[in-house]
Amino acid sequence: METLWLMIVAGMLVAYVVLDGFDLGAGAIYLGAGKTSEERRKILRAIGPVWDGNEVWLVAAGGTLYFAFPLLYASSFSGFYLPLMMVLWLLMLRGIGIELRAHMENPVWVGFFDLIFCASSVLLAIFFGAALGNVVRGVPLGADGYFFEPLWTNFRVGANPGILDWYTVLTGVIALVTLTAHGSLYIAVKTDGALNQRTRGIATWAWPVQVVLTVVGVVATCYVQPTVLDNFEHHAVGLLIPVVVFGSLGVMIYAIRKGSDKLAFVASSFYIVGMLGGAAFALYPVVLPASTDPAHRSLTIYNTAAGRHGLTVGLTWWIPAVILALGYFVLLFRMFRGKVRLEGEGY
Amino acid sequence: MDSALLVDRIHFAFTITFHYLFPQLTMGLAPLIVVLKTLGLRRNDEVYNQAVRFWGRIFGINFVMGVVTGIPMEFQFGTNWSHFSRFAGGVIGQTLAMEGMFAFFLESAFLGLFLYGEKRLGPRGHWWSAVAVFLGSWLSGFFIIVTDAWMQHPVGFVRAADGSVQLASFWALVLNPWAWWQYAHNMSGAVITGAIVMASVGAFYLLWGKFEAQGRIFVRVGVVAGLIFSVFQLFPTGDGQGRMIAAHQPATLAAIEALFVSQTGAPLVILGQPNVAERKIDNPIEVPNALSFLTYRAWKADVQGLDAVPPDMWPENIALLYYSYHIMVGLGTVFIAIMVVAAFLLWRGKLFSARWMLWILLLALPFPYIANTAGWMTAELGRQPWLVYGLMRTAEGYSKMVSAGNVMFTLLGFLGMYTVLGILFLFLVQREIDRGPVGEVSSGH
Repeated sequence: METLWLMIVAGMLVAYVVLDGFDLGAGAIYLGAGKTSEERRKILRAIGPVWDGNEVWLVAAGGTLYFAFPLLYASSFSGFYLPLMMVLWLLMLRGIGIELRAHMENPVWVGFFDLIFCASSVLLAIFFGAALGNVVRGVPLGADGYFFEPLWTNFRVGANPGILDWYTVLTGVIALVTLTAHGSLYIAVKTDGALNQRTRGIATWAWPVQVVLTVVGVVATCYVQPTVLDNFEHHAVGLLIPVVVFGSLGVMIYAIRKGSDKLAFVASSFYIVGMLGGAAFALYPVVLPASTDPAHRSLTIYNTAAGRHGLTVGLTWWIPAVILALGYFVLLFRMFRGKVRLEGEGY
Repeated sequence: MDSALLVDRIHFAFTITFHYLFPQLTMGLAPLIVVLKTLGLRRNDEVYNQAVRFWGRIFGINFVMGVVTGIPMEFQFGTNWSHFSRFAGGVIGQTLAMEGMFAFFLESAFLGLFLYGEKRLGPRGHWWSAVAVFLGSWLSGFFIIVTDAWMQHPVGFVRAADGSVQLASFWALVLNPWAWWQYAHNMSGAVITGAIVMASVGAFYLLWGKFEAQGRIFVRVGVVAGLIFSVFQLFPTGDGQGRMIAAHQPATLAAIEALFVSQTGAPLVILGQPNVAERKIDNPIEVPNALSFLTYRAWKADVQGLDAVPPDMWPENIALLYYSYHIMVGLGTVFIAIMVVAAFLLWRGKLFSARWMLWILLLALPFPYIANTAGWMTAELGRQPWLVYGLMRTAEGYSKMVSAGNVMFTLLGFLGMYTVLGILFLFLVQREIDRGPVGEVSSGH
C-alpha cells in the first residue's frame, strides 16, 4: 500500500515536471526566442490556457503527499523552509507576469513583466533541480524526523550541508538545461515560421549539453549517495531506466534533425520521466535520506505513511479523481490544439 | 509565548486573510455569472453575453490572485505548522488532497476554456464551462470547510500509537454536522460579496450614466441575490452555526458574547467594550434575556459564562474575538436592511432612478469583505487556545525547527509581495470597470 502511494505521489510529481516543465522552459527561452512582440505573444498564447492547470499538478501532488505521508510532508516542508518560500514568491511573480502582461499597454511595463516572467521561470527551474538534488543527497535529519537546512554552508556535501552545495547547484543546472530544451520543443510544436526555427535551434544547441550533464550527473550522484546503486543491483528491472534516458536522448536528436517537433517533445518528456523515475527507484523505499546515521534516521515510506485505513479510503476517491483530471486535460489540450494564431480573445 | 509561535501565527493570519479576499469573490461571482449566462442563452440577448465577458475578465484577474495567494496556504501547513501536519495529516490530508484532485483540476482547466474558448465552444459549451468553474470553486470551498470544521469539532478519527490522529470514518469526517452549517454560512457569505460587488458596479454605471443597460442588469441580479442570501446568512445558517458553537464550544460562545458570568436569562450585548481584567462590559447596551432565547429558545435559559471555564481554556484574545463577532453580525444586519429597501424599490420600478440608493449600493462594496473576514476571525480566534479543538493546542503545532528570525524574514517578504499584488489588483480591476462591458477590449482577456 505504501509503495502504491509512493508511485502515485511520484507519478504526480513527474506529471507536474513534464507539464509545467514545458511552460517553465518556454519562460526560460522567452526573451531569447521571442524577438518581436508578436513572437512573445505567440509564446504566451501557446502556454496561456494551460499553465495554470499544469501548476495544479504541483498543488495536487503536494496535497497527496500530505495525505499519504504526513511526516515526510511535515519534515521536508519545514526543513526546506527558506527555499520553499522563495519558490512560492517566484511562482507568484511568474503567474502575475504571465497574466498581467496581457493587461498592460505601455511598452515599458510590458517589458518589465516580460523580464519578470523570464527570470522567475529560469530561477524556478534551477530551484526545482536543486530541490531534487537535496532529496537525493540527504539532509541532516534529527532523531525526531525533523531538520532545518540553511541556504548554504560551505558548498560541500557532507554531514552539515546547505540547500546549495556543488552537487545541488549541478542538479539545478541540469534541470534548467533539460527544461529549456523541453520548453523549446513545445514552442516549436505550437508555432511556425521563424519562431519555430529558432526554438528548434535552441533545442539542437542544448542537446549535447544535456548529454554531457546527464553523464556528469549520474557520476556525481553515485559519488554523493553511493547507496543509489543498490536497487539497480538487486532489481534488474531498474536497468530499463538508463535505456529510457539514453534512448530518449537519441530519439530526441533524431527527431529534431528530421524536423519532427512532436516526436522530439515526446522524447524529451520520456527523458524527464526516466531521470525522475530513476531517482525515485534508486532511493526506494527511502524518501528522504539522513546525512548522519542514515540507517536509523532516514525517512522511508513506512515510517512516514498515514494510517492504513486512510490510505485504503484514499484509493477509492483518488482513482476516479485522476481519471476526471486526465479527462479535463485531454479536453483542454484538444480545444487548444494546433499552431497558435494571434487573432481572437486572449493574450 | 514563544516568539516563533507568535510570528508563525501572524504569518498564517496575514496570508490567509489576504488570500480569502479573492476566493470569496470567485465563489460568490461564479453562480451569478452562470445566472447571467443562462439569461443570455434564454433571451438570446447580446447584452447578457457582454455582461458575462465583463465579469469573466474581473473573475479571471481575481482568480489568478486567488491561485497565487492560495498555494502558500497549502505549503504553510508543512512549512510553519509541521507538528500540526504530522499530528493531523492522517485525517485532514484526505480533504486537502481531495481539494487538489477534485476541485483545482476542474476549476483551472475549465477557467481556461471559459475565458479563452467562447468561440470554439459555442454558446452551450461556454455555458457548461461556466458551470464547471462554479462547481470547481464551490467544491474547493467545501473541502476547505470540512478541514476547518474538523479542527473546530473533530470527528471520525482514532489516536495512533505515536500520538497522531488517523482516519477512522471517512463519512463521519465529510458528514460532520459542523461542516454543513459552516459551509452553508460561508458560501452564503461569499455570494453576498459577489452580489454586492455586482450591484455596486451596476450602481456606479447608472450614476455615471454610461453602460446603463448593463448597469441595470448588474443592479437587478445583485440586489435579488443579495436579498436572498443576506437573509439566508442570518437564518437558518447563522443561527445554526451559533447553536453548533453553543453545543460544542461553550467557552467560545461566552467569549464572543463577552459573558463573563454564567446567568439565567443572559442578556445580548449590542454595544460595549469588554474589560477582561475586571471581567465585565464597559458602557453596555443590552437586550435583557435575548442571548438565552437565541441560544436555547427560552428567555430564562441558563447560559454558561467564562467563569465556568478554567482561564487556561479561554480564547486568548477575547476583545478581538468579541469585536470580530459583533462586526460580522452588525454588518450582516445592515446588509439585510439595505437589500430589503433596494429590493422594494426595484419591485416598485424606482430603484434605477433613486440616486441615493444607488450611492448606498456603490459605497457598500468594501463591507461584505469586512464581514466575511470578521466571520472567519470569529471562527478561528474562537477556537483558541486549541488548534484542533480539545486535541492539540496552537502552541504545540508550529514548526519548532524553524526559528523566529526565519519566519519573520518570510513574513516581511509576504507583506511586501502582497502590497504590490494588492495595488496591481486594484489598478487592473479599476481599469476594467472604467473601460466597461461594451465595446472594444484591448489585446487583454
